[in-house]
Amino acid sequence: MTDTLATGVNPLPAAFRDAALTAVVAALLGLPLVGFHVVSRSSGMVLEGRVWELATAVALIFCGRLGIVLVNSGSAWPVLACGGVAVLIGVFAPMPGVFLSVVCVAGGGLLAARAGLVMLRGKSGMRKIQARIQSSGTALRGMGAYLGPALIAFAVALPFLPFADRQVIDIGILVMTYVMLGWGLNIVVGLAGLLDLGYVAFYAVGAYSYALLAQYFDFNFWICLPLAGAFAAGFGILLGFPVLRLRGDYLAIVTLGFGEMVRVILLNWTRLTNGPDGISGVPRPSFFGLPFKRRPPEGVESFHQFFGLDYASIHRVIFLYYLILVLALITNAFTLRIRKLPIGRAWEALREDEIACRSLGINPTNTKLSAFAIGAMFGGFAGSFFATRQGFISPESFTFIESAIILAVVVLGGMGSQVGVVIAAIVLIGLPEWFRELQEFRMLAFGAGMVLIMIWRPRGLLSHREPTILLGRAP
Amino acid sequence: MNAPDQTLLTVEHLTMRFGGLVAIDDLSFAARDGRITSIIGPNGAGKTTVFNCLTGFYAPTVGRLALRRGDEVLLLERLEDFRIARTAGVARTFQNIRVFPKMSVLENLMVAQHNRLMRASGYSFLGLVGIGGYRAAEAEARDLASYWLERTGLIEHADEEAGSLSYGGQRRMEIARCMCTQPTLLCLDEPAAGLNPRESAELNELLLFIRDEHRIGQLLIEHDMSVVMEISDHVVVLDYGRKIAEGKAAQVRNDPAVIRAYLGEEEDA
Ligand SMILES: Nc1ncnc2c1ncn2[C@@H]1O[C@H](COP(=O)(O)OP(=O)(O)O)[C@@H](O)[C@H]1O
Ligand SMILES: [Mg+2]
Repeated sequence: MTDTLATGVNPLPAAFRDAALTAVVAALLGLPLVGFHVVSRSSGMVLEGRVWELATAVALIFCGRLGIVLVNSGSAWPVLACGGVAVLIGVFAPMPGVFLSVVCVAGGGLLAARAGLVMLRGKSGMRKIQARIQSSGTALRGMGAYLGPALIAFAVALPFLPFADRQVIDIGILVMTYVMLGWGLNIVVGLAGLLDLGYVAFYAVGAYSYALLAQYFDFNFWICLPLAGAFAAGFGILLGFPVLRLRGDYLAIVTLGFGEMVRVILLNWTRLTNGPDGISGVPRPSFFGLPFKRRPPEGVESFHQFFGLDYASIHRVIFLYYLILVLALITNAFTLRIRKLPIGRAWEALREDEIACRSLGINPTNTKLSAFAIGAMFGGFAGSFFATRQGFISPESFTFIESAIILAVVVLGGMGSQVGVVIAAIVLIGLPEWFRELQEFRMLAFGAGMVLIMIWRPRGLLSHREPTILLGRAP
Repeated sequence: MNAPDQTLLTVEHLTMRFGGLVAIDDLSFAARDGRITSIIGPNGAGKTTVFNCLTGFYAPTVGRLALRRGDEVLLLERLEDFRIARTAGVARTFQNIRVFPKMSVLENLMVAQHNRLMRASGYSFLGLVGIGGYRAAEAEARDLASYWLERTGLIEHADEEAGSLSYGGQRRMEIARCMCTQPTLLCLDEPAAGLNPRESAELNELLLFIRDEHRIGQLLIEHDMSVVMEISDHVVVLDYGRKIAEGKAAQVRNDPAVIRAYLGEEEDA
């Protein structure tokens, strides 16, 4: 893109072609996704075209793409026009939600602002700005030192903030669950570099371990939690042993298959798992023995009685929130610590170059296996939390899309970055959940979030890694 | 560990075939401890393949590779690659440098001390909860690393990403990384390739230092004869997988077969 700048070729035709192609792709994809909707009439359900919405979407994508391409080649006027059109569409076109309008206006505004800057400072000035935007990751990384503690403080305080109603805390729990899963998978994908597309299997193993142990043996949550982790880790080893000699794509395919296998087994082993009907009545967690019940059974004191509070159903939600927060923070602390231990360094080395690892006497199979098992263990913990939170589990909850979402959180967070996972989880899980008003367009918003992150930071939000040990002698 | 000048490595009847191609044909030679044994020969002569057999990356078609470590004799062809590095103590560098690019230079050298650190940290379990002698072991490993960084002139770059080092820097880092494994035998695959004359001279000094101060036996692959002549104690010449000459550097240089092999190559080029 800078080449065109250097050679002085007019970038407009190429940019138009590129944007037109993008628009065609968007139109083709959008036709089934956006172009029709089902309305119920007295005569029954009918499909109705939504030409206007589709046209709006395609026009927006055309403008956005054109703007992004041109902004990189430093042309100002067309970009300003693109940004302006996007803003106008955002303001005047009917949108299914305020959120989309805001995104349109903000996106268009940003493009226009950048174009304005180019006109003010000229092309060379723009290059400097470009460099600064590129290095905004460096700024983010500088912030990283404060961002982590700030996020933790915010997470701890969240249930007591004035705006924290039931819905907010529920979203918090959901986001936190994905943060924990992301951190768990990060050990496998981010640190050890093993592309695992079946991570949800371990989540499922953890959830069913808890549900079944509680159902058959009456174990409580605190006994089941470590057991669920151990079972999931066991499954990790079982799966890892035969497949970890595979590399890259092959490993990804096999793990994907394993994830589906686990789900199909859960679906069909009706005697044990109750098949597609799932397991209901999974016991809710107690506050170290104190149940969250308005009227506890005879001879048992409940949480609100013990602490002399009035009964409120939110107590349990808040407790669940802190439970997942603590579990997630344990995962985080574990990862931060193990990175500084020989096994953690060996994982990262294995990700970088397996042959060099072998030549240094590192047993690649065992090292990979340990990463796989430990990642699986945290998936198992998260799974048993999921079971106790929902009170009901079925194979439905453990489909491939879950693995894909968790992987997206890790990859977009910037493979291996702990804070990156949190931000990605908030953007990918929290925002779509928050904007429920988008209804059926929610998943499109999810996709849009992904695309935006990829445009902004193609290597993930925070792709920087801190060395695990410093000599500290460098100038 | 071994008595000086004792035979360190014996290669007997090593043959490596890839389908119809015979990359190494019935090669036998020996390398002494605390000496630099060079393997030279034109491109495609099979030098790298010898290393790949020695370090377990290829399983030789035929042959016996015996390494003496103390009183033990280990048969390398029976060991897996990572065990050759771990138990036999054979360390190697690669012709196409293999560093861990995203990790810092110091971390690269820490990874090289993996097995020792694993034992010290109770296979990371004890280290995780902070008991046992991991801290002391890590400090020791760090000292060893900085010793070799000092020696290879990389100490200033210790905390930089290994991938950001210059080409010559990466080559030296690979050698430092090998030395951190505390090897019995150091195998260097064209360490001087791509270096400028000054860097090349420094490299020679480093290899002599390793030989004289640490008394580590070295196998050195070189494509360029002139580099080898200065520092080799013994030279083995390969051509089309076969040994065509062996002996002291000066002896080999005047060998008609060797001259023919190298002249042939120049005509090709
Ligand atoms: N894995 C392999 N498969 C097939 N042929 C190989 C393989 N490795 C090396 N060779 C062949 O063996 C011969 C020797 O190669 P190599 O040992 O790399 O030569 P050198 O290091 O002396 O330049 C070459 O003809 C090469 O093509
Ligand atoms: Mg070679």
